[in-house]
Amino acid sequence: MADMITTIVIIEKLRAAFPNDIQSVKEFRGETTVYVRPAAIVMICTFLKDLPGSPFDYLVDVCGADNFTPEGRFEVIYNIYSLQTKIRLRLKTRVEENDPRLPSVTSVWPGADWPEREAYDMFGIEFTGHPDLRRIYMPEEYAHYPLRKDFPLMGIPDSIPLPRK
Amino acid sequence: MTTAPTADIKRTKILAALENRDTSVQFTDPLENEMILNMGPQHPATHGVLRLLIRLDGETVVAALPDVGYLHRGYEKLAENCSYHEFIPHTDRLDYISPLMNNTAYVLAVEKLLGIEAPRRTQFIRVIISELARISSHLLAVGSLGIDIGALTVFMYTFRDREKLYDVFEHLTGARFTTSYTRIGGLAQDLTDEVIGEIRAFLTQFPDSLMQSEKLLNRNRIFIERNDGIGVITREQAIAMSMTGPNLRGTGVEHDLRRANPYLVYNELDFEIPAFDGGDCLARYYVRLNEMKQSVRIIEQALDKLPTGPIHAFEPKKVLPRKERIYTKMEELIHDFMLINFGTEPPVGEVYHAVEGSKGELGFYIQSRGKEAPWRLKIHSPSFMNLQSLPVLLKGGMISDIVAIIGSIDPVMGEADK
Repeated sequence: MADMITTIVIIEKLRAAFPNDIQSVKEFRGETTVYVRPAAIVMICTFLKDLPGSPFDYLVDVCGADNFTPEGRFEVIYNIYSLQTKIRLRLKTRVEENDPRLPSVTSVWPGADWPEREAYDMFGIEFTGHPDLRRIYMPEEYAHYPLRKDFPLMGIPDSIPLPRK
Repeated sequence: MTTAPTADIKRTKILAALENRDTSVQFTDPLENEMILNMGPQHPATHGVLRLLIRLDGETVVAALPDVGYLHRGYEKLAENCSYHEFIPHTDRLDYISPLMNNTAYVLAVEKLLGIEAPRRTQFIRVIISELARISSHLLAVGSLGIDIGALTVFMYTFRDREKLYDVFEHLTGARFTTSYTRIGGLAQDLTDEVIGEIRAFLTQFPDSLMQSEKLLNRNRIFIERNDGIGVITREQAIAMSMTGPNLRGTGVEHDLRRANPYLVYNELDFEIPAFDGGDCLARYYVRLNEMKQSVRIIEQALDKLPTGPIHAFEPKKVLPRKERIYTKMEELIHDFMLINFGTEPPVGEVYHAVEGSKGELGFYIQSRGKEAPWRLKIHSPSFMNLQSLPVLLKGGMISDIVAIIGSIDPVMGEADK
């Protein structure tokens, strides 16, 4: 078919629509990663979801990562997919350690509900506008964020109350 | 000289202890209130440790809230502290119903990161074991759906077939269940002719055996009435809630990663993607049933086309060498030492590779900084994404529908909780 819309064309359209918010585009092993500014994430996701020719209607995953750097400590990675053209795209944003907040994309894809809760539980990244942001794996009263790099592998003793004799 | 407490004082103390604020409930009018029921993590019908909080109006479910995390073992944290090779046994424990599928998915992601490709024979064998794992998982799904609804015999029939599959797995990998069969760049051991014979024998008798279960269910009025129109989700809702796998194909979306983004040698094999409209439990059951039949086709074709050749990629710095060469040749000894002690050191970068697992899209997102262990490993588990649609599916149904719906979603908590 003639309407072969490729990832390059999508990136061009994205750059044209958001000239100030796309920080960089990287390609590795055939996958494209776009670094965006956190404040613009919802607008970019809405734009991509309704992109004519290759609507990214399927959210695969939202995950967090801890860079353990003083600037831009936490990364949030959005993995999106277009069911029509079978194209995958990855969006990445960085948030600071002292204010790890980001707008939630549940208004764009309701399927971001639990993945964002998992990112909150494991890293402490708060998603503003999330309908029900609470911990998902750890108990509600747990005071630490396990997947941060400064959390020890074997856990913190007495952070979860254990049954006494 | 103390006197024993009188009976009156004893009774008052007991009554006071019983009438503790936490144990007595006041109802103004019991029929006016909605009840919150806890289908606790320990329950025979929740497919593992899934906790459901259900708000009930009589017998109808008004709202449901799943609570996961009872099987959270911290695999993602663990992956940051062990090498890529050491993580392979941990992948068995994710979706513990089809462990060979997880092994394959993880190793494919690591191979993508390293930029190596396994030889053709290995790719065909990986297709065969993935499809056997898919048959095993769907047999359990159909059997559990049957037993949760009350058709106990179906469970016995499907588990009889699963036992035959477990015999095959044990002969091939050494373990029924925690197989750890794939390796980076190859497999643990080769597929012998004996095992091929056993697989062919299984495939020959499997369609008749499946027909026995189908005869019990497909035209069974009770089964159809308990599944038809129950737990309906529309196509748009399913895509929006990121449902995946047979659940998504049960709403009519023909999306299967084996055809959409082909991996291994699926683009050389001839099979169909079953998809049924309807979005209810019956559609999901039919998708799983037909997927099993398609898997039989795939395995037969793969066995016919299985090439001879090596099963390990020839990449000395990345793939562990064979044991017999380690004991006799110098370079292999050095490579083995370096790879075991310092791990494969992949380039700096990130990859995401997903396979079509039995529950849906099973993907591994690996961020590498060049060290022996990944910087971040995220497991995209299909059961986790499927379970978040549970409030939408359960709303408006009855308590007995909850069991049918969970059975048709077929979650595996080991995967959902990681």
